This record gives sequence, C-alpha cells and structure tokens, in this order.
Amino acid sequence: MRLFRALWPLLGLLSLVIFLAFGLTRDPNILPSEMIDRPVPAFALSELYEAERELSQDMFLGEISLINVFGSWCIACEVEHAKLMEISQSEAIKLVGIDWRDTRENGQNWLKKNGNPYDVIIFDADSRLVIELGVTGAPESFLVDEMGRIRYKHVGIITNNIWDDILLPIIQTLRNESLEL
Amino acid sequence: MFFYTLSVAQTTAESDELEIRARNVGHALRCVVCQNQSIEESEASLAKDMKLIVRERISAGETDAQVIEFMRERYGDYVLLKPPFQPNTYLLWCLPAGLVFSMCLWFLLIARKRKSETFLVAPLSEEEKAVLKNLMDNET
Repeated sequence: MRLFRALWPLLGLLSLVIFLAFGLTRDPNILPSEMIDRPVPAFALSELYEAERELSQDMFLGEISLINVFGSWCIACEVEHAKLMEISQSEAIKLVGIDWRDTRENGQNWLKKNGNPYDVIIFDADSRLVIELGVTGAPESFLVDEMGRIRYKHVGIITNNIWDDILLPIIQTLRNESLEL
Repeated sequence: MFFYTLSVAQTTAESDELEIRARNVGHALRCVVCQNQSIEESEASLAKDMKLIVRERISAGETDAQVIEFMRERYGDYVLLKPPFQPNTYLLWCLPAGLVFSMCLWFLLIARKRKSETFLVAPLSEEEKAVLKNLMDNET
C-alpha cells in the first residue's frame, strides 16, 4: 500500500506519456478513409477537354485505375507531377485525373505547362465527386480495382517510396486478383 | 394580389425554415480542411461546397439526420463536431462523470476513515483532566 502510494504519481505520468505519444505523433490531417472496398460513388461530370463528354462511375469498370485529385491551384500537385508523368510513361496503370475546384482554362493551361499524365480527366469544379469520395485536400489518390471498387487511398504526394513500397505492390495484388477471377 | 403576397410570404417562410435547418446541420459538421471550425463558420472552399450540398439535400426533402449521415458515410465520424456515443467513445463520454464519481467516493472513504480515527483516541484520564483544568484556569 505504501509502495503504491509512492508510485501512483509515476503511474499517472506514465499514462500521460502514453496518451501523448499516440496523440502527438498522429498526423491529424490524415483521416481514415470510409471509402475502402466501396464502389466509386455515382457521379455525372464532364471531361476536362471535352465538355460535352459525360463521365460516370461506369468508366472504372474493367480496368484497374489510379484516381488522382489535383488542381492548378495546388502547389503540392506540382511537386507530385513528375512522378505521375513517370507512372504514365511506364504504363503501369490507367491514370484518371480529377481536376478539382478549377476552371477549364486554368486546368488545361496547367497541364500544358507541366505535361498531361492522365488518360482521362474528370472536371469537378464544385467538389461534387470530391465530397462523394471524402477527399479533404489535394493531392489525394485512390486505387480502384476492375470491379470499380476503391481499394486504397493515399493522402498527399505520391513519392518514389510510396509508389514502390505501397502502391505498386497493391496494384500487383489487384492484378493477381483479376487473373484469378 | 392578395394571394400573390400570401404565396410569396409562404415560400419565404418555408425557405427560411430550410435555411435554419441547413445552418444547424452545418454547425454540426466539421470543416475537414480547417478541422476546428464547422463548415458553417469556415471560409474554406471545400466547406463552401459542402454547405451547398447540405442545402441541396435539405431542399430535396432529406431530414437533418440523413444529411449528417451522408457526410459521415464519406468523411467518417471525424466530420461530426459532437462525437457520437459508441464503443470507441465510451471512455471519452464516461471519463468525466467517472472521475467525479470516483473523487466523491474517495473523499467519502477518507472522511469516514478520519471519523473512525477520532473515535479511536482514548478519552482523557482523570489526571489529564486535572492538568487541562489547571491550564485553562491559569490562562484567565
């Protein structure tokens, strides 16, 4: 009893340290995604270059794709862009862009300046699809399987490490899955 | 003319009511960009778009709970400014009451212990009483 009395402030400190160790090292900007294993939500938006071309969730059926949310106003996207160009040249996966909160003109000029890695670009000026996807900021990326289901979400820039260590292995597993079917 | 003004008054009353509901819902939803503001207070562009969707859904006849659930399905519990009462928040909700309760219990136990301790002190012996009386008398 005596020993306990001497130790309890120490125990209190220890529990505080444990709480802070979890609380302070977590990045509050990264929210767990609610969308994993759910189909890409229904949407009806147009293509960035072809305003009369209607796009919907059906565009994700039949092919594994990487959705990347960007905007001409997004500075981190410029940093990420070189990696996306590289991915597009390696033809590892179909790249679908979401041009978010942009004007067509600004979006197109930005891609003219930096190069266009995307196979198709959804133009989402009013955050319609972006809110459906639970996106909080750009850049943000989703891996979608052949069935049009979201399988992975990455918040922030796709760096070399993230591509090699996380995204590419998942793409490989998704490929194997579709071979098994 | 009379009917016209009546219908206008009705529609504005109706839209006022919708707007009040939209604001209430907006105050319950966290701006996921700025994180410590509700979407109603936030100036972030994403929050503005979220407000727009809240208004659209309310005008389309959804209940407040349905609109909040729509956002929660997409952004998770995080989007709710008031955390829901569910297994992973039991500790959060119960801790303050639990602390107050255990403090009261602790205080009661200590008070009882003190009380019983006073009874354990032996009453003064005749000799001690005499000394005490002597002291008291000398004082005055």
